[in-house]
Amino acid sequence: MWMTVGKCLHRLRKRQYGLISKVCFCQLHNSGTQFTDSCYDGLYPGHIHTTPIQKALLAVGSGVAALQNPYRHDMVAVLGETTGHLALMNLRDRMRNDPEGYAILTERPRIRLSTLDLDNMASLPDGSFGREYLRFLEDNHVTPDSRADVKFVDDEELAYVMQRYREVHDLLHTLLGMPTNMLGEVAVKWFEAAQTGLPMCALGAVLGPLRLNSSRLQSLFTSLGPWAVQNGRRSRCILSIFYERRWEQSLEDLRQELNIEPPPVTLSATNKGSG
Amino acid sequence: MAASIRLLVRRVIRLSHGNITGPPAGLSARSGSCRGPSVCRCFSDAAGDRNTHFGFETVPETEKAKKVYKVFENVAEKYDVMNDAMSLGVHRLWKDMLLHVMHPQPGVRLLDVAGGTGDIAFRFLEYVRSQQERQQRRAARSMQTPSWEDISSNYSSEDVIESQESSAVVCDINKEMLKVGKQKADGMGVSAGLSWVVGDAEELPFDDDQFDIYTIAFGIRNVTHIDQALQEALRVLKPGGRFMCLEFSKVTNPMLARLYDAYSFQMIPVLGEVIAGDWKSYQYLVESIRKFPDQEEFKGMIEDAGFYTVQYYNLTGGVVALHSGFKL
Repeated sequence: MWMTVGKCLHRLRKRQYGLISKVCFCQLHNSGTQFTDSCYDGLYPGHIHTTPIQKALLAVGSGVAALQNPYRHDMVAVLGETTGHLALMNLRDRMRNDPEGYAILTERPRIRLSTLDLDNMASLPDGSFGREYLRFLEDNHVTPDSRADVKFVDDEELAYVMQRYREVHDLLHTLLGMPTNMLGEVAVKWFEAAQTGLPMCALGAVLGPLRLNSSRLQSLFTSLGPWAVQNGRRSRCILSIFYERRWEQSLEDLRQELNIEPPPVTLSATNKGSG
Repeated sequence: MAASIRLLVRRVIRLSHGNITGPPAGLSARSGSCRGPSVCRCFSDAAGDRNTHFGFETVPETEKAKKVYKVFENVAEKYDVMNDAMSLGVHRLWKDMLLHVMHPQPGVRLLDVAGGTGDIAFRFLEYVRSQQERQQRRAARSMQTPSWEDISSNYSSEDVIESQESSAVVCDINKEMLKVGKQKADGMGVSAGLSWVVGDAEELPFDDDQFDIYTIAFGIRNVTHIDQALQEALRVLKPGGRFMCLEFSKVTNPMLARLYDAYSFQMIPVLGEVIAGDWKSYQYLVESIRKFPDQEEFKGMIEDAGFYTVQYYNLTGGVVALHSGFKL
């Protein structure tokens, strides 16, 4: 009997221990099991607060991890987020100064399988942007849903700019006509580095070629590389295009509007890897 | 059968106590109303109102087990790598110390709860094997020139040694962690005397008085009701059995405590993100350490559960504490 009384008191004592709870937007009786979905205590879903020291550690750690294993896309993403603050602000300002870019910043469209009307796009004529994008997704066996969410950017608008950049990456492949093998990715990275100035792109542009064989390196340095950099510099800001409204537009038309030349070399999607 | 009925009775008692420790205004209202149908409502209210900590968050008690399961499901693959990275390999020394203090002899039955990837169980089997070899060597040295009677009795006593073989049971609530542990065992070629059981520390799937040693290493802070886990430990241990618990605890030295806190909150989630791709799980793990009672308090809880001769050893300046108690 005294044991049970003792246990009651014990339980009361336990409850009095100060439970420091974070400012949390979730209801206590919510049975959501996801960490980030309905309950988030940051500026946007998925946001994680980090101190400058942590950002520095993350940048170094993710850089090393991404170099060791280039297939760790989440590490490339973290590297981009922790090092890209200035470049993101620059991009955001460029978007604000462009009317279409401003519309994107206000409306915040997302490119996901759930928001794309695939049947409609498949019925579009060949040569249209939507049809070519779909062809790119099928040929290279990729999906727009594989992009990691932004976690470490401490501004809500900049986080959206980063997310938009990631989602536009596949569309950029279509615009440039580059497949997702190593050479194609490096070419796109050179374009992005020239366009956006993100340190992660610059790093990828410098280190990517290390994994290419000599014939591809030659192709990169003589024709693809200069073409990518030149077009990156002179093209309109690719984040400022409302792609979701331009599926019916012809690809050639869109390239001309953006000031992008067609690729000098046609690469096929079949040769994967650095081989 | 008896065990499950006892568990049911205990649960009913516990829930009715929860009723008493609820808000006093509600108490008078409930005690006034008729006992029959309102009892069920009281049970559900009591269970629904109670909250507990999940790291620094507050969650309903019913949610905590699910969230903890999710955490360990996510980290299972990289669990061992992360342990090495976060503790710079020192966790191996802590576990070795546990075995050293335990000093198990051949023929002993171990239950390793929240044993997940099997670190303690593997060390246990290794230790017991080396103890056995030592005994055999000692026996061989003492009979350098055996008579024919000794030789023939040696042949027959090999069966006796088999039956005295120690066994380790690894019990964990999380199937992913057990899967990783089993893969490790297969990789190392260890299978004799090792079994893997899915079970909840608050409600172990074993009969009473089964094990000589019960260990729980870095697992008890994730249990929703620590007192229940301690009671279950008491139940499944044989009389004379030993309860041993390795767990993160309070650092005594203030300077070391500051360094430890800085390292925990700055470095560990970053390591979790870079190595395992999971910041939040490691944030939870670090916060759960802060919510766990300190050495003296935990000692009190173990004594409350009914263990005797409870003592603790501080390792690495109090970063980890090894608690031990006996069932008499």
